[in-house]
Amino acid sequence: MSALAFNQAVVRFGSATILGGTSLEIAPGEFVSVVGPTGCGKSTLLNLAAGLLAPSAGSVDCLGTKVSGINRRAGYLFQGESLMPWRNARDNVAAGLQFAGMSKAQSRAQAEAWLDRVGLHGAGDKYPHQMSGGMRKRAQLAQMLILDPDILLMDEPFSALDVQTRLMMENELLSLWQNSEGARKTVLFITHDLEEAIGLSDRVVVLSAGPSTTPIADFRIDLPRPRDVAEIRHTHAFQDMHAKIWDVLRDQVLKTYRRSVAA
Amino acid sequence: MTSLYRAILAGLLIGAWYLGSKTGVLSPLFFGRPSMIAAQVVEWFSTGEIWPHLAITLSETLMAFASGTTGGVLAGLWLGLSPRTLSVLDPFIKAANAMPRVILAPIFAMWFGLGMGSKVALGFTLVFFIVFFNVLQGVREVSPVVLNGTRMLGASRRQLLRHVYLPAAMSWVFSSLHISVGMAFVGAVIAEYLGSAAGVGYLILQAQGVFDVDAVFAGIAVLTACALALDALVTLAETKLLVWQPRADMPRDN
Ligand SMILES: Nc1ncnc2c1ncn2[C@@H]1O[C@H](COP(=O)(O)OP(=O)(O)OP(=O)(O)O)[C@@H](O)[C@H]1O
Ligand SMILES: [Mg+2]
Repeated sequence: MSALAFNQAVVRFGSATILGGTSLEIAPGEFVSVVGPTGCGKSTLLNLAAGLLAPSAGSVDCLGTKVSGINRRAGYLFQGESLMPWRNARDNVAAGLQFAGMSKAQSRAQAEAWLDRVGLHGAGDKYPHQMSGGMRKRAQLAQMLILDPDILLMDEPFSALDVQTRLMMENELLSLWQNSEGARKTVLFITHDLEEAIGLSDRVVVLSAGPSTTPIADFRIDLPRPRDVAEIRHTHAFQDMHAKIWDVLRDQVLKTYRRSVAA
Repeated sequence: MTSLYRAILAGLLIGAWYLGSKTGVLSPLFFGRPSMIAAQVVEWFSTGEIWPHLAITLSETLMAFASGTTGGVLAGLWLGLSPRTLSVLDPFIKAANAMPRVILAPIFAMWFGLGMGSKVALGFTLVFFIVFFNVLQGVREVSPVVLNGTRMLGASRRQLLRHVYLPAAMSWVFSSLHISVGMAFVGAVIAEYLGSAAGVGYLILQAQGVFDVDAVFAGIAVLTACALALDALVTLAETKLLVWQPRADMPRDN
């Protein structure tokens, strides 16, 4: 049984077909990245998996059950700022547990532990506007992981960060993912950045330029783990992989670019 | 330094007023005399005559503020989350808001009598719309990312309302707090002035009836001091309650 399966999923907004019949399967414990030109429908794909959006045709299955309404097995790390600005870091992280009925004291104690784990020790009292972009991403990560979801959906989570912070957070994400107790979590990771995709993933899926986007290529990344995303970039295996995938991705990016210039 | 300049400016203004009334340039019959006004204020407080009136005016203000804010928040949340109902009611809301509310005072006096009820009612109509429009705006401008993020954390509709819409709306309510508290006060005083048996507005009305212009000015001075005190209280509440905001927004009026 796959952790996540898109079965000929179609998304239309009015007369525009964003996703054409998209099929994609992700095995439990797999780390899959999706790359594609801007505006092709990557976030849309993720929203389908999250249950924030219902497909116009086709279906999405999560761990054997059809997704309808919010997908409770999944956690979502948003590209934008999703923290509640009126809650400090601790209460943001504790929020999911509180919604599920856990007491304030108990949920806050767990939140403290998670803040430590994502490198936010002692920052529990800070409100989002008092934190740096990197700290906010860490808080979002803890907010998602505290609920122990089986599937992690991540939409360009690190694209707003500077290069150094980004590399650090990628490594931390990998170590959280690899060292988590219990079964390894399934990750569907959206990014613009091919190097990030290869460095993190077991598989990289390339989406075609829109409209009517579909996956057009699927690469297995057999680089050894544990990885250091900064160092692995210098290996030959990585660079070969990069060249191969870029060969496919470039055409799609150019298509989108030409269309935007023509328009 | 600034406060020194302020003190000098106040001294100059009151000094000029004093001299003007003393020399007859400003007729004491119309402009009063600062010394007499001050004496009147002192007398009100030393005899304790003012307290019951002040208590009544401030209670009316408080009740108008509390009821108007509660009503505005509830109505704003409800209509903000049901756009269809809002579009049906829109012209009625606009009409009610455009109506000069002061003119309702005699009607409220007929409905609720000359006691506190009619004062609270007028204050309510003033406060309600300010809060209502701010909450409406707050609900509309809730960040969709925060909303989806909270939904992904498993929040039910009720919890979304309580933990996202309400706090988002409250930040807008707070940004209009200075205006709505001021309006509650204005509503109470005006309604008192237009017909009542107690309150600072009533004191002014009485003084005017016997051409005691000093007492009118004394009443105005007391009201102004109260308004300033209320405003300072609001500022204090703001800094305590909105710690999560980068800075207090500019007040938004409607
Ligand atoms: N609610 C909506 N209504 C209409 N069109 C939409 C809606 N949401 C997205 N779209 C359109 O769908 C297309 C895909 O959007 P999506 O956000 O999935 O792209 P993306 O691949 O995530 O882009 P980016 O790389 O810039 O994040 C875009 O052309 C966008 O304009
Ligand atoms: Mg996107």
